[in-house]
Amino acid sequence: MADFIFFHSYLILFFPLLSFAVIGLGHIHSDNRFVAKLAITLSSLSMGYALLTTLAYLIRLPHLPERTMLAYNVAWLNFSPGLTANLGMYLDPISVMMLVVVTVISLLVNIYSVGYMKDDRSFNRFFALLALFSFSMLGLVTSGNILQMFVFWELVGVSSYSLIGFWYEKPSAVAASKKAFIITRFADAFFLLGIILVSFYSQSFSFQTLNSPETAVLLNRTVVIAGFPLNLLTLATLLIFTGGWGKSAMFPLHVWLPDAMEGPTPVSSIIHSATMVVAGVYLTARMFPLFAASESTLFFIQCIGAFTALFAAVIAITQMDIKRILAFSTLSQLGYMIFSLGAAKVCAEGGHHGPVVNLLGYSAAMYHVFTHAFFKCMLFLGAGAVIHAVHSNDILKMGGLKKLMPRTYWSLLVACLAIGGIFPFSGFWSKDMILLASLQSGHYVTFLVGLITGGLTAFYMFRFFFLIFHGEARSQLHHVHEDPWMTWPIMALTVPTIFAGLLEHTFVEQVLPPHLSEASHFAHPAWLPWLATLVAIAGIGGAWVLYGAGKTEKATALKKAFGSLHTIVQDKFYIDEVYLFVTHKIIFARIAAPIKWFDRHVVDGAMNLCGWLLQLGGRIVRLVQSGQLHFYLGATVVGLIALLFMGQ
Amino acid sequence: MNGSFLLTMIWAIPFITAVALLPVCRDDHRRIKMISLVGNSLNLLLVIGLTFAFINVSTGHPVAAGAKASQFYFTAQVPWLQMMHIEYNIGVDAISVLMMLLTAIVIFCGVLASWGVEKQAKEFFVLLNVLVAGVYGVFVSVDLFTFFVFYEIAVLPMYLLIGLWGTGKKEYASMKLTLMLVAGSAFILAGILALYFASGLNTFDLQLLSQHHFSPQFQYWVFPIIFVGFGVLGALYPFHTWSPDGHASAPTAVSMLHAGVLMKLGGYGCLRVGMYLLPEGANMWMSFFLVLVTINVLYGAFGAIKQTDLKYITAYSSVSHCGLVLFGFTALTFTGIKGGVLQMISHGLMTALFFCLIGMIYGRTHTRTVSEMGGLMKVMPFLSVAYVIVGLAGLGLPSLSGFVAEANVFVGSFSNPTTLNRICTVLAVLSIVVTAVYVLRAVNGLVNGPIADRFLTLTDASPLEKIPVTILLFCLFGMGILPGWIVDLVNEAVHPIYNNLMR
Repeated sequence: MADFIFFHSYLILFFPLLSFAVIGLGHIHSDNRFVAKLAITLSSLSMGYALLTTLAYLIRLPHLPERTMLAYNVAWLNFSPGLTANLGMYLDPISVMMLVVVTVISLLVNIYSVGYMKDDRSFNRFFALLALFSFSMLGLVTSGNILQMFVFWELVGVSSYSLIGFWYEKPSAVAASKKAFIITRFADAFFLLGIILVSFYSQSFSFQTLNSPETAVLLNRTVVIAGFPLNLLTLATLLIFTGGWGKSAMFPLHVWLPDAMEGPTPVSSIIHSATMVVAGVYLTARMFPLFAASESTLFFIQCIGAFTALFAAVIAITQMDIKRILAFSTLSQLGYMIFSLGAAKVCAEGGHHGPVVNLLGYSAAMYHVFTHAFFKCMLFLGAGAVIHAVHSNDILKMGGLKKLMPRTYWSLLVACLAIGGIFPFSGFWSKDMILLASLQSGHYVTFLVGLITGGLTAFYMFRFFFLIFHGEARSQLHHVHEDPWMTWPIMALTVPTIFAGLLEHTFVEQVLPPHLSEASHFAHPAWLPWLATLVAIAGIGGAWVLYGAGKTEKATALKKAFGSLHTIVQDKFYIDEVYLFVTHKIIFARIAAPIKWFDRHVVDGAMNLCGWLLQLGGRIVRLVQSGQLHFYLGATVVGLIALLFMGQ
Repeated sequence: MNGSFLLTMIWAIPFITAVALLPVCRDDHRRIKMISLVGNSLNLLLVIGLTFAFINVSTGHPVAAGAKASQFYFTAQVPWLQMMHIEYNIGVDAISVLMMLLTAIVIFCGVLASWGVEKQAKEFFVLLNVLVAGVYGVFVSVDLFTFFVFYEIAVLPMYLLIGLWGTGKKEYASMKLTLMLVAGSAFILAGILALYFASGLNTFDLQLLSQHHFSPQFQYWVFPIIFVGFGVLGALYPFHTWSPDGHASAPTAVSMLHAGVLMKLGGYGCLRVGMYLLPEGANMWMSFFLVLVTINVLYGAFGAIKQTDLKYITAYSSVSHCGLVLFGFTALTFTGIKGGVLQMISHGLMTALFFCLIGMIYGRTHTRTVSEMGGLMKVMPFLSVAYVIVGLAGLGLPSLSGFVAEANVFVGSFSNPTTLNRICTVLAVLSIVVTAVYVLRAVNGLVNGPIADRFLTLTDASPLEKIPVTILLFCLFGMGILPGWIVDLVNEAVHPIYNNLMR
C-alpha cells in the first residue's frame, strides 16, 4: 500500500499544476465562483495526497536508512555519459514537514483569497499564479537532486515575480517585482556556479551523493586562485549558500523583501513569509552534511544570520506600514533560522575530543521554519483583513479595531504572543531551542544577539498590535466588517500556533540530517527559558507603556529624542540608495553606456571605415580608368619608355 | 520513400514553390501567400517525417563508441562537376536534422507572420523561398562545394529582402549586412580551397577530408580563417555589428529567419567545417577564440541594457546568446559542444518568437521604443504574456528551452580544467544576471505599468497571428520540459566530433 502511495506521489505536484493549466489556459475569463471552487478543490486534493504520503512515510520510517527515500527517480537531462540530472521525489523529515506546511498553508490562503480578491478584475489570473507557485514550491521541497532544486528554485522565483507585480498597472509594484527577481537572480548565478563546481568534482547532482562523507573528502582540498589559497569545500558551500542568501533575503541582499509587499497580501503571506523565503534555509538544511564539513562556512552562516536578525528587528521598530513591519519581522526570523543552522555542529563542549557533532541547531532551525510558517502566515492574513477593512496600510490611520474585528483581534493576539516567544505558544518552544543551540555553539555573541532580538521582536510586534487594535480609531472608518472567507482561515491557523509546541521532542529526535546521526544535546540550563521569557515580557511591557492605549504621543516624544538616529533607521540604513547608486551610477552609466558608445563608434566605426576606404580606393582607381583614349595612349608610351630603361 | 530522395525534396520544394509563384498574378496576394504556405506546410511535414525516419534509422545503426568520423544517414552521391570531382553529395546527422526541423518550424511561422505583407508580395515570397531552399541545402550537404553554393544562396537574398521591404535605414543596413557576410564568405571560400588543395585528395567530400591528416602548420593557418569566416555570420565579436542594424531594419519574417536560422549557419559551419576537419587547429586557437566569445557574451548583454529600440535589444541579446553557442564549442568538451548545439536550437526558436512578437506589436503601436509603450498587458494580453514567456526563455528560466542549453554550455565549459576556461565560465555564468536586467527592463517597459490613452483601442492578436506564436511557445516549452530526445540525438552526433577533436 505504501509503495502504491509513493509511486503516485507526483500527484501532490500534479494537482496544483493542473489547476494552473486549467485556469490559465481555459478559464481566464470564466465565472469567478467556478474558478474559486476549482482552485480550492485541487488544492485540497494536493493537501490530501501530501498528508497520505506523510502517513506512508511515517509508517515506512523505521525501515529507512538515514531516514531518506526516493519515492521515484527518472532521468531528465543528460549532460555527459557520467552525469545525468534526474527528476525525483525525495522524502526525508524536512521535506515531509515542508510538504505538510506548504499544502496546508496553500489551501488556507486559497480560501482566504476568495474573500480578499473578490472585487479584483484579475481574480482568475490570481488563482492560476497561486497554483503555479504551489506547484513550484512543492517541487522545490521534494527535489531529489540539486539541479532539480535549481529548476524549481527559479520557478518559485518567477511565480514570486509575477505575483509581486500582479497589479501590473501600478509602477511601484512593477519596480518591486523587477527588483526581487534581479536580486535573487544575482544570488542564483552564484548558486549555479556552486552546482557546477560540486557536480564537476563529485560527478553527481543527487543529494544522496553530495551529502555523503566521500564528497566532503573529495572536495576538501586547497586551490590557489590568484595567489589566495582557498578551500574548495568552503568555496563550493559558500557559493551554494549564496543562492539561499538571496532567496532568504539575508543582509545585504534583503532589500527586495520589504518592497515585495507591493503584491497582494495573500501573496505576501504564503510566498514572502511562510514558504518561499524559507527556501534558503531549506537549501542550507538540505545540504547540511556537506556544509557541516566546512567549519568556516557554518561560522559565516551563523554570523550573517545573527546580524540580519538584529538588523531587521531594529528597522522593524520604526516602520509605519503594516506590511513592512511584518516584512522586517520575517527577515529577522529568517535570520534566526539561518544562524541556528550555523550554530549546529560547532560545539565548544567537545574539548580535547575534537569538535563534537551537535545537531540541535539543525532541528531548531527546522522547528522554527515550521512554527514560523503558521504564525507569520496568520499575521499576514490578519493584516490583510485589516487592510481590506480600513483601505490603508498605515498603522497610524488605524486604531480601535478591537471592537469592530473581534475575531481577527483574538487570533492576532495569539500570533503576536507566539512570535514574541511567550509560553506556551509555538514560538516560545522553537525560539528556546534556537537560543539553546547558539549557547551550546560557544559563540556567545550570537546567543546575546538572539536574546536581544527576542526582546525587540516582542516590542515591535506589540507596537503593531496595540496601534492597530487598541484605543480609538485615528481615521474615519466605513463599513468595517469581517468577511468569513477571510476570518476562518485566520482562526484555523491559531490551532497549529497554539499546539505546535507539543512537537518539540519529535523535532529534536527525528528531524536530523543524514550521515550525521549523533543525537542532539538537549541539556537545558534551567535559567534559559526564564531569561528568554523575561526579555520577551520586557519587550511587551515597553510596547504597552508606549502604545498600550493606542496613542502615539509618548512614542513621538521618544522619536524626537533620538532625532537623526531614528531617521537613519526608518530609512533602512540607506541600503536601497546604495543599490541604486551601484546599478544606475556604476553599472548603467559606467559600463553599459560606454559599451553602447564603443560599439556604435569604435567597432562599428571600424567597419564603416573599411567601407569608406574601399570607396576611396575605388575613386582613386576611377581616376585612372577615365575612358579617355589619349590618356591611355600616353600612359602606354610612358610605360614602354620605362620598360626600355629597365631593360638596360 | 527513399531517404536521400527525401532530403533532395526538402530543399527542392521551396525552390519549386518559388518557381510556382512566378506565373501568379502580381495582385493576387491571397494566392501567393497560400502557395507559399502550402509549400512550407508540406515541407514542415516532410521534415517531421524525416526526423522520425532519422530516429528510427539511427537507433537501428548507432554510432560506434569511440568513432572519430561523423555518421551520416540517407546519403547519396551524384557526380556534378566531373573535372574538379565535385559531387552532389548529401546526407544528414542528428545536428543537421534538428537544424532542418528548426528551419521548417521557423519558416512556417514566418510565412504566417508575414501574412500582412502588401508591398510587392510576389517578389517577397519568391525571395523568401529561395533563401529557405539555400538554408536547407546547407544542412543536407556533405560536399564542401555544394555546401558553399547553398550558403551563398541563403545569404544573398537577404540584401534585397532588407533593402526593399525593410524599415528605417534599410539601404545602409542591407548593404552593411551583405558586405560583411560576403567578406566572411570570401574567408570561407579561401579556407575551403586551401583544404581542397592541401589534402591532395582532389575532393570536396567532407567525410574524405576528415580522414586526411592535415599538417599542424597548415591547420594553424587555415583554422582561424574558416572560424572567422563562419563566425561573422554567427555574430563573433568584433564582426557582429551587421546584426543590430540588419535585424532592426529587416521585415518581421526576415528577422525571424535570419536571427532564428541563418545565424545558426555560422555556428554550424564553425563546428562542421572548422572544428571537425581541423581538430588540431581548433585546439591551438581555442584560448584565443574563447576570449573573443566571452567578450561576445558579456558585451552583447551589457550592450542590450542601454538600448531603447525593441529590435536593437533583441539583436544585442542575439549577439550574447549566439556568443554562448560558440562559447560552448570553444570549451572543447563533450558537454560544451553539445550545449552549443542545443543553444543553436533554443536560440533559433526563441529569437524567432521575439521578432515575430515585435513585428506584431509594432504593427499595432507603430513604435518600437520601449519608453513610449507600457501597459500593453491590458489591451493585448496574449501577445504580452507571450512576450513575457519568451523573455523568460531568454534569461534561461528552467522549463523553457534556454535553460537546457545554457546548463549544458556552462557545465561543459567548466569541465575543461584550464584556468582561462574557469575564469571565462564564471564570467559567462554571471552574464545571466545582466540578461535578467535587460529582459526585465524591456518586459516592464512594454507590458507593465500604466497604459497611454492612444493605445487603449488596440486589439489583441488575431487567430491567424496566434498560430505561429502558439507553435513557437509550444516548442520552447517542449524543449525545456522534455529535453530528453533532443539531447539524446545531439549526443549521438557530438560524440564523433568530440572524439576527433581529442585524438
